[in-house]
Amino acid sequence: MPCRVLRAMIRFENVTKVYDQKARPALDSVNLEIDRGEFAFLVGASGSGKSTFLRLVLKEDRATSGAVYVAGQNVAKISSWRVPRLRRGIGVVFQDFRLLPQKNVFANVAFAMQVIGKSRSVIRDTVPEVLKTVGLEGKEHRMPHELSGGEQQRVAIARAVVNRPGILLADEPTGNLDPTTSMGIMGVLDKINQNGTTVVMATHDDDIVNEMRKRVVELKNGVVIRDEARALYTSIIPVVGQSRRLKDASGRDDDTENRLPGEGEAQR
Amino acid sequence: MRLAFILSEIGSGLRRNLSMVISVILVTFVSLTFVGAAGMLQMQINQMKGYWYDKVQVAIFLCSEGSTAAGCAGGPVTPEQQESLNALLESPAVSQYINDFQFESKEEAYKHFKDQFSNSPIVDSVTPDQLPASFRINMKDPEKYQIISETFSSQPGVETVIDQRQLLERLFSVMNGASLVAVGIAGVMIVCAILLIATTIRLSAFSRRRETGIMRLVGASKTVIQLPFILEGVIAAVIGAALASATLWAVAHFFLGEYMSQQYPDTAFISSGQTLILAPALIILGGSLAGISSLLTLRRYLHV
Repeated sequence: MPCRVLRAMIRFENVTKVYDQKARPALDSVNLEIDRGEFAFLVGASGSGKSTFLRLVLKEDRATSGAVYVAGQNVAKISSWRVPRLRRGIGVVFQDFRLLPQKNVFANVAFAMQVIGKSRSVIRDTVPEVLKTVGLEGKEHRMPHELSGGEQQRVAIARAVVNRPGILLADEPTGNLDPTTSMGIMGVLDKINQNGTTVVMATHDDDIVNEMRKRVVELKNGVVIRDEARALYTSIIPVVGQSRRLKDASGRDDDTENRLPGEGEAQR
Repeated sequence: MRLAFILSEIGSGLRRNLSMVISVILVTFVSLTFVGAAGMLQMQINQMKGYWYDKVQVAIFLCSEGSTAAGCAGGPVTPEQQESLNALLESPAVSQYINDFQFESKEEAYKHFKDQFSNSPIVDSVTPDQLPASFRINMKDPEKYQIISETFSSQPGVETVIDQRQLLERLFSVMNGASLVAVGIAGVMIVCAILLIATTIRLSAFSRRRETGIMRLVGASKTVIQLPFILEGVIAAVIGAALASATLWAVAHFFLGEYMSQQYPDTAFISSGQTLILAPALIILGGSLAGISSLLTLRRYLHV
């Protein structure tokens, strides 16, 4: 068992998250394992629990029941003053980039290293290297507003991975970008994944998922209804190992059926 | 590196919030000036009490060479007269009213005088000869001053009998009242200062929520995230406290030292140097108030 826990970079054991006692749970006894070095898409309609999943990995929220393991550690057992260390091992990218507008590209990426006390010389060496990885060499001194959306997202990715986290969480990173630019971003994420970083990407973008042919975890109403390797965005035949859960989920379908497919995730 | 980073964060925070920071400085300045003024009044009271005030209530001054009082027509007090006064003080008729008494010679009087008036130019023009010797009496009941006065005023060799308390008590009660008022105003102003610091820190945290959000995500420690905000408040308050200390020093130096001591040469005033012992107290008070109020505000408004 410990060996399995270690192999899994992220492991959810029967995790339930309830925000509001009266509403249905955001996540409902989810069992999931994402291995070291894996690339996984998290798909599903808005409100299906994708963001909650990411928040639980980051220990932004506490699971109502069940256990979340990140890199073999039960996050519930991490004391609050050690949470920063957990987060140093996880990079995060958002739909809205979240760059600092008054800092240039170099400073935005360097910021992530400064705040955890990296020395100036290490920062000088590492930042250009990472910018090269994301395809932004030569743009160190541009300001965010001088960059295209795709370039801004590359800066955000550079910032997320500059401290070499074991996990990269991407919450709809292509949500604001056109299809061509999105494919460029996917290339960057794929490259980072090839370097050994576990990537979990929540998305609505079916083209990208279909193009990449990676593992797809589909959530619906907080329940995993599909977990397929090298899969497409929508499955022709829903294949679910746990048939009981499928029945549960399909029994509660109605409330989400009317939602627009492209509706944005609720912002925090 | 982390220190340099924190310092640069503080700098940018202070610049961004300049008007709020200035108001924090001014409010702490005013409130701590009132705290310091109360302290200064108490110091002044102690200065005026001199060596004897808290130990005795009544002083019997003996005739010296220059005495012009009616009882001193026979010239300065003789050792025999002094001896009989001593005997009278020890006699049961008098000793039932007093706890104890002490004799202060001219030399001792000079020494105490020098201590009390060390800040005044008068000290240089006085010699031990000019100061009368005295008996200093600690009364069992200070209200019985009249008995001592009646008994000793007419004795040969006695220049005058003085109830020190009566001379200074009224002045001291005015000064104590003034320090109470100062403390009251200071209390209100300190509440203002605390609330203003809390608001400033809250605004500052709000205007930098992007940065702090990112800091949190990349795993910055709580200290690195919070310290710039706390220090921002503390620095502003410490500047205010330093201004208050400088003001108190200036009041002691220019108003008391140069103006009042000319106007009232026979009153002992505190020196400007003495007010400097208030400075560290004010700075610590200001700094810790700001630190605590910033910390409590951040707990509520800065999610870490």
